[in-house]
Amino acid sequence: MGRAVRPPRGVIGAQVSHDEEMFGRVFDGRVMRRFFSFVWPYQRLLVFALIAVLVFVATQLTIPLVILYAIDHVIQAGAAAKVALSSVIIFLAGVVLVNYLANYCQEALVGRIAENVVVDLRRAMFAHLQRVSLSFMDKTEVGRVMSRLQSDTGTLQEFLETSVFAIGDVVLLFGIVITLLVLDAELGLLTLSIVPILLVVRYFWLPHARAAFRRARETNSMANGALAEAIHSVRTVKVMVRGRENHELYSDLADLNLRTHLRAAKLAQVNVPIVDGLTGGAMAIIVVVGGRMVFAGALELGVMVAFLFYVQRFFDPIRSLTIQYSMMQRAMVSGQRILEVLDVPETVTDLPDALDLVNCNGAISFDQVSFHYTPEISVLEAVSFSVSPGEKIAIVGPTGSGKSTTAALLRRFYDPLSGQVCIDGHDLRTLSQDSIGRHVSMVLQEPFLFSGTIFENIRYASVTKNAADVERAAQVVGAHDFIAQLPGGYQFVLDQGGGNLSLGQRQLLSFARALVADTRILVLDEATANVDSYSERKIQRALKILLEGRTAIVIAHRLATIRDCDRILVLNHGRLVEEGSHQELMDIDGLYARLCRLNYASFDDVPSSAIR
Amino acid sequence: MTVATLLSSGFQLFIPRYLGKAVDNAQGLLHGTVGGVAEIEAALWLSAWMILGLSILRGLFAMVQNYFGESLNDCIAADLRKAFYHRVQQLDASFHDNAHTGDLITRGMLDLEGIRHFPSTGLVRTVMLLVLVVGGSILLISTDVVLGLISLSFVPVIAVRSAIARIQLRYLWLKQQERLTVLTNAMEENLTGIRIVRAFAAQAYELLRFDKHSSAVRQVAFERLMARVRSMTFMGFSFFVALTLALWVGGNKVLAGEITVGTLTEFLAFMMILQMPVRQIGMTVNSYARASTCGARFFEILDYPNPIESGKTLPDLKITKGEVRFEGVHFGYGEGETRVNVLSDITFSVTAGKTLGIVGPPGSGKSTIARLIPRLYEVTGGRILIDGQDVRDVSLHSLRGSVGGVQQDSFVFTASVDSNIAYGNPWSDEAGVIQAGRDAQLHDFISDLPGNYQTLVGERGVSLSGGQRQRVSIARGNLVNAPICILDDATAAIDADTERRIHDAVIARHDNRTSIVISHRLVSVMHADEILFLEEGKIVERGTHEHLLDLGGRYAELHSLQMGAARSVEPTLVQVSSG
Repeated sequence: MGRAVRPPRGVIGAQVSHDEEMFGRVFDGRVMRRFFSFVWPYQRLLVFALIAVLVFVATQLTIPLVILYAIDHVIQAGAAAKVALSSVIIFLAGVVLVNYLANYCQEALVGRIAENVVVDLRRAMFAHLQRVSLSFMDKTEVGRVMSRLQSDTGTLQEFLETSVFAIGDVVLLFGIVITLLVLDAELGLLTLSIVPILLVVRYFWLPHARAAFRRARETNSMANGALAEAIHSVRTVKVMVRGRENHELYSDLADLNLRTHLRAAKLAQVNVPIVDGLTGGAMAIIVVVGGRMVFAGALELGVMVAFLFYVQRFFDPIRSLTIQYSMMQRAMVSGQRILEVLDVPETVTDLPDALDLVNCNGAISFDQVSFHYTPEISVLEAVSFSVSPGEKIAIVGPTGSGKSTTAALLRRFYDPLSGQVCIDGHDLRTLSQDSIGRHVSMVLQEPFLFSGTIFENIRYASVTKNAADVERAAQVVGAHDFIAQLPGGYQFVLDQGGGNLSLGQRQLLSFARALVADTRILVLDEATANVDSYSERKIQRALKILLEGRTAIVIAHRLATIRDCDRILVLNHGRLVEEGSHQELMDIDGLYARLCRLNYASFDDVPSSAIR
Repeated sequence: MTVATLLSSGFQLFIPRYLGKAVDNAQGLLHGTVGGVAEIEAALWLSAWMILGLSILRGLFAMVQNYFGESLNDCIAADLRKAFYHRVQQLDASFHDNAHTGDLITRGMLDLEGIRHFPSTGLVRTVMLLVLVVGGSILLISTDVVLGLISLSFVPVIAVRSAIARIQLRYLWLKQQERLTVLTNAMEENLTGIRIVRAFAAQAYELLRFDKHSSAVRQVAFERLMARVRSMTFMGFSFFVALTLALWVGGNKVLAGEITVGTLTEFLAFMMILQMPVRQIGMTVNSYARASTCGARFFEILDYPNPIESGKTLPDLKITKGEVRFEGVHFGYGEGETRVNVLSDITFSVTAGKTLGIVGPPGSGKSTIARLIPRLYEVTGGRILIDGQDVRDVSLHSLRGSVGGVQQDSFVFTASVDSNIAYGNPWSDEAGVIQAGRDAQLHDFISDLPGNYQTLVGERGVSLSGGQRQRVSIARGNLVNAPICILDDATAAIDADTERRIHDAVIARHDNRTSIVISHRLVSVMHADEILFLEEGKIVERGTHEHLLDLGGRYAELHSLQMGAARSVEPTLVQVSSG
């Protein structure tokens, strides 16, 4: 790569790491309780899993004991043995079989529970996100929510899988300690004398190790952030020829990541000779002290052998419990983040006795409606108007006058802070959200398409409609011709966001989608500058058909659209300032007339300086 | 590292031997068969010291082995990271058109994690196990053939079982990863399009879709779980069966006086030591399956052919006049049957200091022209020349360095305004950045920000409106100061007034540069020296604004549409244009 180039103003990736800030707590009762409510449905499986774990641990402990018995009382005793070797072997075979079955059950059950819980958690979050206030969704990056839906649930799954085994580990640890003490208290205590040493070592080691691990994770997420940025911004990178510089900067990040990982590895591995040395020490104690005791007749040979076996197993659970500890720490952070999502309030909810509006005439009324997103900036102030069934209303006004909010309130994306919005005389808050959805549909400024076929996109949620309905809708809005030309026609698969179609085409598809939904009331946020004037004509034609026979509220930017409406509402700074037909408003010679005279292609093009 | 592995396994092999000796010594003490008490006591101490020494040595070497194993992992991972990043930047635009961003991110992050642990955990464990098994076999079989064979009988069983498991798990991992990608994309789209979901009251429908994908993931996850559990537990089982058999046969041998209790203990201890690595085989098989699946997905990107990548060293582009010339250019996306023709027979030329305007309906191929000049895509016919040099015959770096531009979708990085503007020219000084900010009519806005040019913008910083984002990318484009400048619908979200001011400032600064302005707004192109009207990939009309109006064709039609029906050019517009 030659000389390293690091430009003075070059940075990649966000220079702030948010994800690691809240690290720390190992145990959070609230998280555990909430998390447990997701495990609770699987309580029967859980009980079986715990039984399997206990049986497994018990057999693990029993096997050395059986061997001990075989050596002491059968093999050493020779002919004097009370039990035949073959019966001991048969017993051992039985224990081994149980061990196998228990192992199988514990692994299968625990894995199954963990997977189920994660699927449920993810679904709960996903379902909740379908209901939470839209302003939360507006403020939150999709990427961050996605990482909660995925990595955080994944962490919890891992935690759950290991936590049941951790119980097994703890039981095994206690089992070994008790067995050692029961077999021979004196030798047992001597053997266990190494444990305090281990604890002291850990006490000094742990803080360093934890810091190193955290740093490694931080640099990981920094490098990943930079990679994600590179993927999203790849076109800009190419056009700006930043590839070489970015490569260098990323190399720096990757190297930093490498260094922190190496330090973490070093700290992790320092442990190994200590644990191994202590195991060796314990065995040496058993050999010397146990050997003497055997000589003195105070200890049976088999017990000494059993001690040797147990000590070798003694450190396994301790080791895995250390892993558990950091696992648990991470799980708590993930749990908190998942709860954050689950706890986002649902501002719009159905009343218990919500009315399911079956038939809708399409009358709309706004009565003294006020609304704001933040208390400092009022968006709508005491707006009142009414629309009779079948009437077409244009809402116009400069950017920020509250047009889109009016539309959002009619679809009940939000509830008004005062006043009421009614359909057919029913306050929206008394209606079920589903029934509002059946009668009010929206076409948004930005046509959003899902990946999938054109057919799926047009039909979308109206699953009762068939291919003929979809094709008819496409024909009516004038999308059929270009669809027919695509390979596969209606089965043509769209890329992410419909990237393989032009904007105008996407707009037509979104019209077709609204047509298929066939609701009594239609709210349309007209595209501003996005569609070029050429397909504009096509779209104007489609619009006329789409609005036919419906009550329509059009947030209009173009004179041509406005002229087709029955009445015009002019909003400015959240207030309804003028109302009437085009001619009436021109005669008043107010804001609308001024906007018209400026004669921009779209009202949104009008510079704000021109209005004042 | 291998040496350390061999040594640590080797030391481990001898521990059972001394344990066996110790047991025999103890038994000797018990039965008083061997020598005097002092002698046996000394033997016990010797065993104890040997065990302690060997354990510490083993631990030390294991530490070295693990550390170097981890280092190897991390070094490989760092190299792979860099390679992946580099590749993602290098792969051409048509690759990125078809790639899901979520999928790429998954590959670069999760799949990398899947691979990174393999070299040490997988390879090192395998080496360790081989040493233990081979060394152990020699030790045990030389002690007692029959008992040795029995003790080791579980090894071939595990070998076969793990081979089967590897095949199954690899397949299942791949399947799970694929289904997870589908689920991820579905969730991401739902969240991105949440307003549409709400607008159509499609929550139930979306949940249904989620459930469909989610249960597909769950189903394959269960399959994978069971495959893993079956193989892992069976391996453990075969080990214990061998242990039982060893105890049976060995016990009978002790009873028959063929071997000592110590020898039997040695065998059993050895088997106990083998137990851990045997359990780990199961995990290794799983992580191997994961690593090879992840590796396949990861390397698919690294090995993806890049048609535009300039493999051979091409000469740099030499800009003399800055003339851009299209000669019979054809272009289509996709291959063979599914090829969608976008441009056919486009011929034009622009010279330094001149401006070419391109208008036309969406899908007419306007933006494609903008993308062909910096060679984001390869022409499928004809050629593009810059000062007489075919863009395919010059180095990409010099080509793209000479062709500046502002794109339709303006990307704002999570970084300071300063770094954002200086993105294409990070070597620029502060004055340059501020000048670019002024020219883009952004300076006043930035001055109002709490940290001025150092304010963090983008996803995690101050959020910018569409118009502000476009002005940031215009400033960015200006700072590059390339001799050829392409504006692809760069001003769509900026009001006409501001656009005019930007235009004037930029023209004043760069009056000798070649400009290509693509827009759907005639206001943006009407002052160009030549205007092309594109329709279905063909130039249908060309000429100056006045000429095209006189022609009374498509352009004139569009003009009357945009300027308001039944009215000619408005006084305000004339004012603006002459100002």
